[in-house]
Amino acid sequence: MNVILTGEKSKMSHELNGKKLLLQGNEAMAEGAIAAGCRFFAGYPITPASEISERMSYRLPQVDGTFIQMEDEIASLGAVIGASLAGVKSMTATSGPGFSLMQENLGYACMTEVPCVVVNVMRGGPSTGLPTSPAQGDVLQARWGTHGDHPVIVLSVSSVSECFSIIITAFNLSEKYRVPVVVLSDEVVAHSRETFTIPSTDSIEVVDRIVPNVPPEWYKPYEDNSRGVPPMSAMGDGYRHHVTGLVHDTQGFPTEKQDEIEAFIKRQFRKITNGFFEIQITKKLHIEDAEIVVIAYGSVARSARRAVAMARSQGIKAGLIQLVTLFPFPKNTVVNVMRQCKAVIIPEMNMGQMSREVKRVNTGLTEVFKYNRIDGKLITPMEIFEEIQKV
Amino acid sequence: MIAGMTELRHKYLRHHKKFPHVWCSGCGNGIILGAFIRAIERLKLKKDDIVLAAGIGCSGRMPTYVDFNTLHTTHGRALTIATGIKLARPSLFVITVMGDGDATAIGGNHFIHAARRNLDLTAIIINNQIYGMTGGQASPTTPYGAQSTTSIFSNIEHAFSIAELAVAAGASFVARGTVYHAAQLDKLIEKAIRNKGFSVVEIMSNCHVQFGRRNKMADPVTMLNWFKDHAVSRDEGTSMPPDSLHDKFTIGILADEDKPNYIEEYSKIRKRAKRN
Ligand SMILES: Cc1ncc(C[n+]2csc(CCOP(=O)(O)OP(=O)(O)O)c2C)c(N)n1
Repeated sequence: MNVILTGEKSKMSHELNGKKLLLQGNEAMAEGAIAAGCRFFAGYPITPASEISERMSYRLPQVDGTFIQMEDEIASLGAVIGASLAGVKSMTATSGPGFSLMQENLGYACMTEVPCVVVNVMRGGPSTGLPTSPAQGDVLQARWGTHGDHPVIVLSVSSVSECFSIIITAFNLSEKYRVPVVVLSDEVVAHSRETFTIPSTDSIEVVDRIVPNVPPEWYKPYEDNSRGVPPMSAMGDGYRHHVTGLVHDTQGFPTEKQDEIEAFIKRQFRKITNGFFEIQITKKLHIEDAEIVVIAYGSVARSARRAVAMARSQGIKAGLIQLVTLFPFPKNTVVNVMRQCKAVIIPEMNMGQMSREVKRVNTGLTEVFKYNRIDGKLITPMEIFEEIQKV
Repeated sequence: MIAGMTELRHKYLRHHKKFPHVWCSGCGNGIILGAFIRAIERLKLKKDDIVLAAGIGCSGRMPTYVDFNTLHTTHGRALTIATGIKLARPSLFVITVMGDGDATAIGGNHFIHAARRNLDLTAIIINNQIYGMTGGQASPTTPYGAQSTTSIFSNIEHAFSIAELAVAAGASFVARGTVYHAAQLDKLIEKAIRNKGFSVVEIMSNCHVQFGRRNKMADPVTMLNWFKDHAVSRDEGTSMPPDSLHDKFTIGILADEDKPNYIEEYSKIRKRAKRN
């Protein structure tokens, strides 16, 4: 059989087990993906994401996986979807301009419920923008970039070790919920080098999609169940069925019946709502007694961590919520903290994208301040510290 | 012996819920679907091992009707998704069916790169010289001077010759047929699927509703006769005076070359990578 097993723990990852390596974020992401069972990568070169492709191009063939450089990002995500349909965990990585090109096929992955991971190493935009500078301008595009109402999970990373661990989470959530997962990195995280110990393979939890256990003639590829996530067969496994980007019935065939349409779209949202508590991931620092809370993600969360420590050393009761999951927005955590604190500050390398979400859930609970920088420079700990002092 | 058409219909078509189909009466797509399932029958392939992926358009609806692993992808992108499937499971026979707009306008870049890469896929391109599904707009194969809903005065652009384009881009097997020459189609499709590299079969087909009606060929018979009168085999072509060929097109096999395919090459890469 030519089938490449999914979720199988590779020989190479074993060799890297427990090894301390000096890696940049992009390289750690490639290693994390392989540890998660990713065996297919398709991509197109773009700064600051290219190192992910480069590492995958020699690492994947070592573990019987496949790397292919496609003619553009549209084709890259197309190939990723195809490989996933054939049962192989797949991903692509790009930056803003390529992410824009992927939106059509991202919608196809949502509609057909094909698990896949899309990494967007953010750089300044719009358009060619600032190719070598960090930014966080693609947050809302990651959520709403493709047309139509659709479910999607968006995660973010702030360090080399998170590049490794969060990409694994991304694969696990994608497999479990049959949705594309977008991982937002940025130029600073992608290119910073840190020493990092590769966790042992046994300590890594790997989730594989559920496959049908009924005879093929009983299989309904889009039938609802309590989780709202139907089992997924791989092409060639004997469960012949139809996959289409048109709204479809439980058999996968196009439908225009109102009751079938609504049931289909609602299930897409229900499956994410069902898993909400597992999907919303945040990291908290000094929240218990915090009066001023910084909410940050990506490389800015690193600066914020430092700023909070500086404030504490000055006797200011500051805390941090680092958003790992950006969408579905971790409303519960944020609202609970807003209930108890006097003010929140949201520093972002954009004009204010997550701060909109925070304001949306703030029903007069606390004061919300934003701090934005869009000049291609990372927000420093000192800047955030000064904002805390001002508040 | 090849089974009768009724038998094949029962064997390969999806019976419930999928019919009536969306195609207009007399559409060439039905002839092509027939040729396709006859080719599959000759190849004696298992249904589970066949993937039929289409783009968007009238042609794009073909997978809905056949009992294989089927896909209706995004407009122009069938080859990209097919590429992923084939690489992930090389044992599958992956075939794409696309319209002329699908394959050579929005999907033109994917098409030439798939040909260049020589991954073992088969591309069936239904060339009806028009955007059928969206209502008869000019496509990259609408002839110069023809009328369409976006060129009501005259089409001032020049048409692609898809098969020749595929040869130039490096496809290892390239053929052209027409819906008039239906028996030949079976064989061309069969050969294309057998070829261990990227194969293209361009099929000239009639869209008398969207193309013919606006170009003095409003019924299927007139269009089929046009294919009959304008198609020449390679051999006929070489013996005809060049100036009599200006409005003709070649049918039959245009390229059949043995060259290393992507899957073979990649397995060598895996071996080398493991040594490092
Ligand atoms: C991105 C995108 N653009 C436009 C369309 C609209 N569209 C649907 S079918 C089609 C044309 C199909 O023409 P062709 O590929 O020649 O196939 P035919 O319908 O003639 O078989 C177009 C433009 C679409 N579905 N997606």
